[in-house]
Amino acid sequence: MEIRAELKYSKSHEWVKEDGDVVVIGLTDYAQSELGDLVFVNLPEEGDEVAAGDAFADVESVKAVSDVYSPVSGTVAEVNEELMDAPESINESPYDAWFIKVSDVSETEELLTAEEYEAFVQSEQE
Amino acid sequence: MEKKTPLYDAHVEAGGKIVPFAGYLLPVQYKAGVIKEHMAVRTQAGLFDVSHMGEVLCQGKDAFDNLQMMMTNDFTGMTVGQARYSPMCNEQGGTVDDLIVYKRGDEDYLIVVNAANREKDFQWMLDHQKGDVTFTDVSDDYVQLALQGPKAIEILSRLTDAANIPEKNYHAVLDAEVGGIPCIVSRTGYTGEDGVELYLAADKGVEMWNLLLETGKDDGLIPCGLGARDTLRMEAAMPLYGHEMTDDVTPLETGLKFAVKLKKDDFIGKAAMEAKGTPIKRIGMKVTGRGIVREEMPVSKDGKVIGQTTSGTHCPFLGQAVAMALVDSDSCQVGDALQVEVRGRKVDVEVIPLPFYKREK
Repeated sequence: MEIRAELKYSKSHEWVKEDGDVVVIGLTDYAQSELGDLVFVNLPEEGDEVAAGDAFADVESVKAVSDVYSPVSGTVAEVNEELMDAPESINESPYDAWFIKVSDVSETEELLTAEEYEAFVQSEQE
Repeated sequence: MEKKTPLYDAHVEAGGKIVPFAGYLLPVQYKAGVIKEHMAVRTQAGLFDVSHMGEVLCQGKDAFDNLQMMMTNDFTGMTVGQARYSPMCNEQGGTVDDLIVYKRGDEDYLIVVNAANREKDFQWMLDHQKGDVTFTDVSDDYVQLALQGPKAIEILSRLTDAANIPEKNYHAVLDAEVGGIPCIVSRTGYTGEDGVELYLAADKGVEMWNLLLETGKDDGLIPCGLGARDTLRMEAAMPLYGHEMTDDVTPLETGLKFAVKLKKDDFIGKAAMEAKGTPIKRIGMKVTGRGIVREEMPVSKDGKVIGQTTSGTHCPFLGQAVAMALVDSDSCQVGDALQVEVRGRKVDVEVIPLPFYKREK
């Protein structure tokens, strides 16, 4: 399982990267491996409002659908529409397969460091 | 507390992701993942542990008469080793379970039932038995393995004589051996592919599992979990108990007319089934809009709800999301555009013929 030191993490298994004025959100390697082969992604649209703790997208494996949560409140500035044609890229390279970029961030959940996230995943597995 | 099949440790060792299913701890997938496992069965071969399935012996002078009364299919004219699929119904014509009956002798039959229904079925048989017959639950004595895929027979033939491999579908060699291990070799399966199901002594399960995987390794044989089992049966449009079949749905409504012999003198549920007719029917749909349709979602035509989905997923071989539904019989036909409500969002679907996938022979 890959956890990148430079990223922050949510307890619902999203990774968060601060990139200048925007926050980039994706699913962690642990999340994709738990979900299995992904075959469909439902994404929000540019301009949509997202709220910290709320679902903003869903991903579907052959077996089930799962929500993806936003750790921040703000406005969707950009959507990675390539995911819709290639949901498998989330399985293949979860840290490149970002979902959305959020601007005008007004609120951020308490996020975990890489170290804290690793410990959190281990505690979930026990 | 869930039970483990005799192969549990082998599944964990092979990287199986274990989930509870029908009272058992079973792998939903291995390292390859559902899609690769599905594709292996369609193009090469896959091996499944289906030991959770239940086995019941039906023996005695009146065994045949009991089967004829409890099941909707007709067991007349079966030869020893022959297998026959049948629903078993309640007095209202609803489905108690669907199962396979093997003839072992004139007064000796083996019934294979769904894991989730094992106790219910066995009790049902005890409650409805008549005359000189004994039903015995022997599920724990058997390991059942399914070797499925276009290369399944070739792999098997390296481990046993041709005489131990049934030539025809729905036939079994009851006293076969594979790699020296005594077993039943049955030309049956739940994937829509050619292949066999093996029944053997529980304590030989791991040995047979490893032997098959090793023998088929270079042919692309891999272990497959419950996830692929479900997507494969879905692609082949095989009904699953609890989905397309329930206590309230008759097998005629599910579209299993071939296994319901209304010309038979009598069987439990016959009168009710004849009186009810088929107010609902099973249909197949492909998703033409965006998304994946799952079970228990409302299906509508021109804004009017006509039924609900019973199963749905993305089918890896077809590369297409499909679903099955039970809908009002006269509400739609092949080619019609319908909508399914997926978590509050309408997704366009089209009615298409079943099965979704049929192998080339």
